[in-house]
Amino acid sequence: MSSHAKPSGDRRFLQVHFETMGAQLAASKSGMWLFLASELLFFGGLFTAYAVYRANHPDMYHYGQYFLDWRMGAINTAVLISSSLSAAWSVRAAQLGDTKTLKATLWLTLLLAGAFLVVKYFEYAHKIEAGYIWGGEHCVDNLKVAGKLTEHQIEHCLSALPPEVAHLPIPEHMGRFFSIYFVMTGLHGLHVLIGMALYVWLLRRAGRGDFGPKYFGPVDMVALYWHIVDMIWIFLFPLLYLIG
Amino acid sequence: MVAATRTAELHQGHEETSTHDNYLTHAHGWRSWIFSLDHKRIGIMYLCAILISLLLGGVFALVIRLHLWTPEGALVSNHTYNNLFTLHGAVMIFLFIIPGIPAALGNFVLPMQLGAKDLAFPRLNLLSFYLYCIGAVLFLGVLLASGIDTGWTLYPPYSLEGSRGLGVLLALTGTFIVGFSSILTGLNFMATVHSMRPKAMGWFDMPLFLWALFATGIIQVVATPVLGITVALGFLERLFHLGIFMPEYGGDPVLFQHFFWFYSHPAVYVMILPAMGIVSEVVSVFSRKPIFGYRFIAMSSIAIAVVGFLVWGHHMFTSGQSKWTNIIFSFLTFFVAVPSAIKVFNWLATMYKGDIRLKTPMVYVLGFFGLFGVGGLTGIFLGSLATDVALHDTYFVVAHFHFVMVGSVLTAFLAGLHYWWPKITGKMYDERWARVAAILVMVGFFITFLPQFLSGLQGMPRRYATYLPEFKPLHQLSTIGAIVLASGMFLDAWVLWVSLRRGKAAPANPWGAASLEWATPSPPTHHNFDETPPITGPYNYDVLEEVSEEAGWVRNDGWNP
Repeated sequence: MSSHAKPSGDRRFLQVHFETMGAQLAASKSGMWLFLASELLFFGGLFTAYAVYRANHPDMYHYGQYFLDWRMGAINTAVLISSSLSAAWSVRAAQLGDTKTLKATLWLTLLLAGAFLVVKYFEYAHKIEAGYIWGGEHCVDNLKVAGKLTEHQIEHCLSALPPEVAHLPIPEHMGRFFSIYFVMTGLHGLHVLIGMALYVWLLRRAGRGDFGPKYFGPVDMVALYWHIVDMIWIFLFPLLYLIG
Repeated sequence: MVAATRTAELHQGHEETSTHDNYLTHAHGWRSWIFSLDHKRIGIMYLCAILISLLLGGVFALVIRLHLWTPEGALVSNHTYNNLFTLHGAVMIFLFIIPGIPAALGNFVLPMQLGAKDLAFPRLNLLSFYLYCIGAVLFLGVLLASGIDTGWTLYPPYSLEGSRGLGVLLALTGTFIVGFSSILTGLNFMATVHSMRPKAMGWFDMPLFLWALFATGIIQVVATPVLGITVALGFLERLFHLGIFMPEYGGDPVLFQHFFWFYSHPAVYVMILPAMGIVSEVVSVFSRKPIFGYRFIAMSSIAIAVVGFLVWGHHMFTSGQSKWTNIIFSFLTFFVAVPSAIKVFNWLATMYKGDIRLKTPMVYVLGFFGLFGVGGLTGIFLGSLATDVALHDTYFVVAHFHFVMVGSVLTAFLAGLHYWWPKITGKMYDERWARVAAILVMVGFFITFLPQFLSGLQGMPRRYATYLPEFKPLHQLSTIGAIVLASGMFLDAWVLWVSLRRGKAAPANPWGAASLEWATPSPPTHHNFDETPPITGPYNYDVLEEVSEEAGWVRNDGWNP
């Protein structure tokens, strides 16, 4: 790099195999959309598993819905939709070169994402504490299995049961509902975490003044990713919390 | 890491070079390789890794064949045998055939066929190579851990039982990671074709190899994530008893089969489409005729990629799925043969009245026609419901998929390797011995797998470590074929090795091909092109004339690298 001056100005982020910033942005965009397509298929497997089990065991879903608190889900839905707004806003701010708004909206997105995970933490903690966990470990399934649970665990499991299910017959292998719940929301939560890491990275770069009207690709790409994470939740919320 | 520094590094990596410099001499030391963002170097690293995998999978195959020399098994214990056929399948499929042509040859050739300096995402390209290596190491870890005797398909409940430990977990993780590598490669290729084509090159001015890689990319991006989530669920099922796949906890093992084949059937098109792309290039160049039916070949690649998603159920005719499902899958299976046949007829029409030159790549391609023809036609018996029920899980299936997947892809891979070898290494190889090797490989292949159709028809089940004495002659013939095939492969390895050591210098365009990768010196410069070559069509041979064996072909309009 000795004999060559570092490219300056708006072209400093232009990689050498592209002719123009526009070509570079177009390439990133097509790459990002393809990645999002693969994300949809990644979750698609889980949605299929959900559908197959729902079709074969509707009673399981009917019983299971009462364990999920729709108010928590609704709060998180509002939180994520707001965060998508601030993510979209941050792209606009970057394009306009409005660094102050950019930083503010990046922070807002990051905080809302964090709020989502805090709510999710309380939901998980409640279920795990009561023993309403996945598959073969689910406490309701093991109530009648001699020696599998301690008396304390049985008491805990029963005391936390939602009142609505008291008169319902317990479906076989109820734990599968919670497997699907935990895997789907868990994978989604992992995506939220990754999104947060990306927003921390964007904040650092925004602080350095990297972004402006000629170079805003990363803000744009991360926002696209963030919208898909939001969108997946918008499907998860009614499927799991609302339509038992 | 700081972005500006990274950009600076990228610039440093791509610094201007003198005209005598090529991508191999551009930088030195092992660091200049493992941190290289140059698609050509990454392609070469892939090539080495993939050839090692091929060797490993091939050694497993040889041990299997030698073991089957006698009915009671000649070499290893039954348990070892089960491990061997599982790893033979897993290594060959996940580490050789799927990444083989796209990641090694495609990586090298794709940007150059576009007249571009690199792939759209060079760092992503290097990352996908690293992921491939990590996945490969995990597969090797399986060998050292408890082993794995489930077959490469990893069907539960057997594969996820409590007694099967580390081996299965490692294999699932390895598959997941290699899958990611494949997604990133496909994504990179598609984005590159989309956004880095020169203005003068429309979609229908691209070489057909690019169409093939693009269609492959569709499958890699859309199908592979489903495999990812499947093996992830398998992993969690084994550790936490989810009850999604294991009947013990209320799970549905047939759901695993659906998920698995939703990826693994399209995956055979990930293998064959790039192979068909190579055939399209080679058959046209060595017939000295523009490819016949360009648009049909291009569109049939896309058709195969799309329809290939809808046929996975033909792996499950005996799984107990409904007969109506079976009928629909059977129909679609026949349907997907149409675009494949379109390609074959167009290749044959390209050769018709052509000036055919039997160089090594062309010899392999002629072998491809034979192997793909036999493999495709025997597929009809497996796609038909009535015959499949009898033939399911017999050696007939083994023979069929070896013909289509292995024979066809391996010969096309070798055709491509010999075709681009002068470009990659800057050296010519010994044409005579390379052709002898090619013929040995193909003859060996036929001797190995034709008898397996017969033993399968007579009821020999696949994956058995021992067999009834009446199958002995057919099994022994098969083993002899495997030895011939292996000797051909080793002879070819020797030919290429000798070429590296003391091959004649290759001209820029030794075969007289019109696509852009030949409009740059052999080996190419670091940036591929010093100036953008004129774009006159990938199969337009009128602009080329042969000077001599040593100087190869030059353009007659005065423009030459």
